[in-house]
Amino acid sequence: MMNCVRFSSIQRCDANVQKLIECLFPHRSVLSSPSASKIDSLRSKVELLKLPLTLSSKSISERKTRLGGATERSRGGAGAHKPRPPAPDMDNESQYSGYSYKSSHSRSSRKHRDRRDRHRSKSRDSSSRGDKSVTIQAPGEPLLDAESTRGDDRDDNWGETTTVVTGTSEHSVSNEDLTRASKELEDSSPLECRRFAGPVLSGVLGLFALLTPLAFLLLPQLLWRDSLEPCGTPCEGLYVSLAFKLLVLLISSWALFLRPPRATLPRFFVFRCLLMALVFLFVASYWLFYGVRVLEPRERDYRGIVGYAVSLVDALLFIQYLALVLLEVRHLRPAFCLKVVRTTDGASRFYNVGHLSIQRAAVWVLDHYYTDFPVYNPALLNLPKSILSKKMSGFKVYTLGEESSTNNSTGQSRAMIAAAARRRDNSHNEYYYEEAEMDRRVRKRKARLVVAVEEAFTHIKRLQDDEAAASPKHPREVMDPREAAQAIFAPMARAMQKYLRTTRQQPYHSMESIIAHLQFCITHNMTPKAFLERYLAPGPTMQYQRENGSRGRQWTLVSEEPVTSALRQGLVFSLRRLDFALVVTVTPLPFLNLGEEFIDPKSHKFVMRLQSETSV
Amino acid sequence: MSFIPGQPVSAVVQRIEIHKLWDGDNLILGFSIGGGIDQDPSQNPFSEDKADKGIYVTRVSKGGPAEVAGLRLGDKIMQVNGWDMTMVTHDQARKKLTKKNEDVVRLLVTRRSLEDAVRQSMMQH
Repeated sequence: MMNCVRFSSIQRCDANVQKLIECLFPHRSVLSSPSASKIDSLRSKVELLKLPLTLSSKSISERKTRLGGATERSRGGAGAHKPRPPAPDMDNESQYSGYSYKSSHSRSSRKHRDRRDRHRSKSRDSSSRGDKSVTIQAPGEPLLDAESTRGDDRDDNWGETTTVVTGTSEHSVSNEDLTRASKELEDSSPLECRRFAGPVLSGVLGLFALLTPLAFLLLPQLLWRDSLEPCGTPCEGLYVSLAFKLLVLLISSWALFLRPPRATLPRFFVFRCLLMALVFLFVASYWLFYGVRVLEPRERDYRGIVGYAVSLVDALLFIQYLALVLLEVRHLRPAFCLKVVRTTDGASRFYNVGHLSIQRAAVWVLDHYYTDFPVYNPALLNLPKSILSKKMSGFKVYTLGEESSTNNSTGQSRAMIAAAARRRDNSHNEYYYEEAEMDRRVRKRKARLVVAVEEAFTHIKRLQDDEAAASPKHPREVMDPREAAQAIFAPMARAMQKYLRTTRQQPYHSMESIIAHLQFCITHNMTPKAFLERYLAPGPTMQYQRENGSRGRQWTLVSEEPVTSALRQGLVFSLRRLDFALVVTVTPLPFLNLGEEFIDPKSHKFVMRLQSETSV
Repeated sequence: MSFIPGQPVSAVVQRIEIHKLWDGDNLILGFSIGGGIDQDPSQNPFSEDKADKGIYVTRVSKGGPAEVAGLRLGDKIMQVNGWDMTMVTHDQARKKLTKKNEDVVRLLVTRRSLEDAVRQSMMQH
């Protein structure tokens, strides 16, 4: 319901935007034609229009910068766009989503990040900030579905993908900022492309690294074949081993690193960048030596060249091993205990994680948040007004005589507070009775609902195959699950609606969704109790995810330390969303001193209790 | 001294008053007890009925206040200062006997010889 309230003012803008989108591009994959640039430009304008109230101008220009950069790479240089330098003054809320998280553990994304980092570091000194807040965008959909559901998800999810302006951001956007920014962002690929720019680049670098040994082998053959010394059996052995090692590298890279990104992180991933830089340097130095020692003097010893290529592949395998250990294995052993508390209603969980950086830990926590925490229901938060309003009523303070307003006001408020504190406060009584009453009401409605559902389920039964033939004289109307669901929904609808209203769950379950769930349960032979489990207890947030989650959920990571630093004891960071936040506290797991005690199995003997004698 | 569960117990008892003695900073009575509802009654050497879970005197230290007051080995303690001792745990019995603020404990004890004596005297009449 809160969502509806937020959307209402932007519906108009949104409708225009949608029309624009629908007529302009059903096919968004066409990137290389000139019309595509217009599409992209309009799309980017559209993007901006959709995020008017929440982005500051600085971040818009940054975003544009990165989009410009990404477009350049993804188009292969078709346009002549130079990434413009970001605005000189910084805002405290930086939103980057060009860094993919789990996906591209392969090298090219690291290289890409390396380049970006070098470019960025000139223009901002990020380490000197105090309270930093950076954005994590956690998409809910894999790579392939992003394209297909783009058109539909615009109006539903856009409330969730906008960033909140919190107290940390100093700038707000005005109309002229908007128009200026939109003019600047003439051609840039849409926001979603940034998510995949990383893995694409990592794929490129990986491919380059894999093809290098083959290039080493082929170039002498192509260029000075006649003067090469023939090499017999040892070479063939080396060829085979080279082929197999390349195959292993290929398969393991595919298995480990090429995964669709699930989150975009605010800062680059230190280990990944390190490894990318390592690979790049490594391959570059091999090429250097190759160029100097082999290509220039036209080296004739082919066996040596093959050995050189094999050594490169060996070293690549070892680097991959290093990557595996650093990126995958190191954080598996639990070392810290994270306590996650939701600020609005205090729901809390404890999790064990290994050695991670803050941003990775944040993504890890969010993964588990969506499945473990009961869904945030804003309607359940506050005490009823009737209880709270009694506190401040009943006291009027009159000023007699002189003014000196400031003195009087503080004196007044203090007097009121003191008087209110001294007064006998019976609101706890009312709270108690109100809660008891509420419980009773919920239980009554629940009982009615359960009975209604049980009765409704007795109206239908599954048709066995042999029954249809065996009883021709009782022709029953045969229904498919959807019709059956609709048929039995009617008797339970009222009870269900009343129950949902009492437990304030009605925004989460529309009639359509209830019938769909009913159909699902009937198809799978579930009992009424199984059908009801979805409604009787508030489920995890994942259950209420709408299907079109490809735009991703926008979270803001607020931390006092740089987000690439490792977890350590006493660290506190929070993940903020529009109307609630998760506060995460880090404590190390206790060191366990495990001792040993051996018990001989034969030592288990028992006797009746003896007469004990006590002297008095 | 046999008892039927559920029926009141009747026994011939002797009153014994023991004055506690200061031994260091402990008050001692000079005897040991055994038995209790949480103990194993079949191991009691002094009871006639091996299902009797009462508190029995298992040792009397020589020259101690208990011996002086007339407590004998094998006595069954029925009451201590008014507290019942026929249906108590071993620890409860110990606590009732060793209260620090009491100097004197007045016991009601019973033994086989008492009953015999009473029966004999009744038969004589």
